[in-house]
Amino acid sequence: MMKKLLIGLFALLPTLTMAAGPTVPLMDANIDLRDNASLQRGAKLFMNYCLGCHQMQYQRYERTFRDIGIPVDIGKETLIFDDSKVGSHILNAMSKEDAAKWFGAAPPDLTLISRVKSPDYIYTYLKSFYKDDSRPFGVNNVVFPLVGMPHVLQELQGLPTPITEEVVENGNTVTKIVGVETDGSGEMSDDEYDQAARDLTNFLAYVGEPSRLESEAIGIKVLGFLVIFFILAFLLKKEYWRDVH
Amino acid sequence: MTDKYEEQSAGVDTTAKSGGIVSSVVNWIDDRIPMTRVWNMHIAQYPAPKNFNFWYLFGSLAILVLVNQIVTGIWLTMNFVPSAEGAFASVEYIMRDVEYGWLLRYLHSTGASAFFVVVYLHMFRGMIYGSYQKPRELLWLFGMLIFLALMAEAFMGYLLPWGQMSFWGAQVIISLFGAIPVIGEDLTLWIRGDYVISGATLNRFFALHVIALPLVLVILVFLHIVALHEVGSNNPDGIEVKRKKGSVADEDKPKFKFHEYYTNKKDVIDAIPFHPYYTVKDVLGVAGFLILFCWVVFFMPEMNGFFLEAPNFEAANPLKTPEHIFPVWYFTPFYAILRAIPDKLAGVVAMGASIVVLALLPWLDRGKVRSIRYRSIWHKLNIAQFVVTFLILGWAGATPQTVFSTILSQICTVTYFMFFVLLYVYSKNEVTKPLPTRLTK
Repeated sequence: MMKKLLIGLFALLPTLTMAAGPTVPLMDANIDLRDNASLQRGAKLFMNYCLGCHQMQYQRYERTFRDIGIPVDIGKETLIFDDSKVGSHILNAMSKEDAAKWFGAAPPDLTLISRVKSPDYIYTYLKSFYKDDSRPFGVNNVVFPLVGMPHVLQELQGLPTPITEEVVENGNTVTKIVGVETDGSGEMSDDEYDQAARDLTNFLAYVGEPSRLESEAIGIKVLGFLVIFFILAFLLKKEYWRDVH
Repeated sequence: MTDKYEEQSAGVDTTAKSGGIVSSVVNWIDDRIPMTRVWNMHIAQYPAPKNFNFWYLFGSLAILVLVNQIVTGIWLTMNFVPSAEGAFASVEYIMRDVEYGWLLRYLHSTGASAFFVVVYLHMFRGMIYGSYQKPRELLWLFGMLIFLALMAEAFMGYLLPWGQMSFWGAQVIISLFGAIPVIGEDLTLWIRGDYVISGATLNRFFALHVIALPLVLVILVFLHIVALHEVGSNNPDGIEVKRKKGSVADEDKPKFKFHEYYTNKKDVIDAIPFHPYYTVKDVLGVAGFLILFCWVVFFMPEMNGFFLEAPNFEAANPLKTPEHIFPVWYFTPFYAILRAIPDKLAGVVAMGASIVVLALLPWLDRGKVRSIRYRSIWHKLNIAQFVVTFLILGWAGATPQTVFSTILSQICTVTYFMFFVLLYVYSKNEVTKPLPTRLTK
C-alpha cells in the first residue's frame, strides 16, 4: 500500500514541476515614498507619457500635488495639460471603445496598479520592452508577453533587443529571453533610464495608497501609546491580583 | 408593592448605600430596571475560576472585535455606495477623499481577519479544555451558531468592495449550492437574485451584511453569555468551582462576596469575582491584542495578500476570470476539503460536514474528564494532529491546485474527520489521570 503510494507520488513529480510554470524573476524597484524629488519626476513622466491612454480615475490632481510637495499653482501650470480643475480626478479624453479598437484592449486604469501587481512588477515591466517585429507596435515585453502597449518610453530608453539563452526544459532545448539591451538610440543612458523607471514606479506606488506615509506616522504614535498602556495595564493587573495570590 | 421594591434593592445594593445625588439616581433606576442587580450578578459578584490562563482572553477579545466591526462598519456605510456601478469607486473614495476613511476601512478589513483569529483560538481553547462537555453543550452550540453567522457575515462583506476576488469568490461559493440535487439551480438563482452575480446580489448582500447578520450575531453573543453564566465557566483544570451545597468547609471558601444567585444553590470554591480581577486582566489582553492589531492596520494592512488580496484592487469584471480564485485565509481549510473531493456534490457535503461535526463535539467526546491536562496521551496526539491537519488544509486551500496539494488535501480531509472518529472511540474507556480536588495554578 505504502509502496504504491510512493510510486504514485514519484510518477507525479514531473507534473509538479510543470505546474510551477516559467516565471520571470522581478527586479527590485527599490523605491522610496519619502523621496519627493523622485515622486515629482515620476508625476512628470506619468503626465507626459502615460496619461494620454491611462487614467487615474480615483486620484485627484490637487491631493497629488500636496502629497508630493508641488505647490498647487505650479502643479496646475506644469502638470495639468487639459482644462481639468485642480480638484478633478486625473482623467484623459480617450474613449474606452476607441482604445479597445486601437490597442486590442482598453488601457487599464493605473490608480491601483501598484497594488494589483507590485512596484517590483511595474519596474521590471518598464525595463522589459524589446524589439519584436511580429507585434503591431513592433515591441513585446518579457514580463507581459504579447502586451498590446507600445514602448512609450522608447525616446528615453531607445529600442532594446532581447538577450537570449539556450536552456534545456523537459529534455528540449528552448531559447529563452533573459534580459534586454538597448540600442542606445534613446535620450537617456542606462542608469538614467533605470532612475526614470524607478521614479515612475515610485509615483504609481504612491498613488496606489496615498495614505501610506500618514498611516505609518500615526501608527508609530499609536503603538507607542499602546506599549505604555500595556505596561500600565500590566502593573494594574499585578496590583489587583495581589489579593488572589 | 413598595415594600417589595425596597426589599429587592436593599438586598443587592452595595454601591448606593451612602446618600448623595449619585446613589439617589442609582436607586431611582434600580427601582425601575434591575441595573445594580444585573451588574452584581454578572460582573461584580460573578464567580469565575481563579486559574484562567492566556487562552481565556479570546472571548473578551472577540467582543472587542465585534464592537470594532460594528462601529467602523457604521462609518463606512455612510460613504459606501451599494451598487455594481458605484461600489468599487466608493471604496476608493473612502480611501482617498473621506477624512481618515483609509483608517476606518483598514480597521474594518483587518478586523474581519482578527475576528477569525480570535474565534479560532477561542474554539481551540474550548477543545483542549473540554469546555463543550456536559453541562455546556448549549453554550457550545450557541458558539457554533455564532461561527456560522460570522462566516456568512464575512462572506457577504467580502462581496461589497466589488473587486475581482469579491466577484469571483462569490461566484464560486454561490455556485456550490447548485450541486444540491433538484433545487440546486433554483436555489442559486434565489440567492443571487439574478442569473449571474450582479448589482442585485450586491444590494441584498449589503442589506444582510449591515443589518440582518449583525443583529443575529449580537443576539447570539447575548445568548452565548447567558448560557455561560448559567452553567459557569470551565477552566484549564476542567473541574467545577461550584460544588454541592455544604460540601465545602468554611476555611476553604473564598473570601470574596459572590451573588446569592450562585451561593444559595451551590458552594463556590477557588473562584474570584469577574470584576475587578478578570476585567483588569482582560484590559491587559486588550492592550496586547491592540499592539498586534494596530501594527497590521497601520503598517501592513494587506498582510502580504492574506487580509486584502491583490486581485481585489481591480474592479469586478464579469468577462475576465482571475488566474487563481481563493477565498480569504479564514475559509481556506474548508475550501481545501471542498476541493479535495472530485465530485462537486460530495465536496459540498464534506465541507458542510466538516463544520457540522464540530457542533457535535459534546456528544462525540464520551469522556468524563475535560481538560487535556488530565487526559490520555492519545487525546493529546489526536488534538496535535488535528491542529497540524487544520494548518495544512489552510495552506492547501490558499494555493493553486496541484496534484501534490490535492493529495495532501485528501489526506488531511481524512485526518480531519479521523479526529472526531478516534475521539468517539477512545473517549469511552479512556485512561485518564486523577483529577485534583482543587484548582491548580
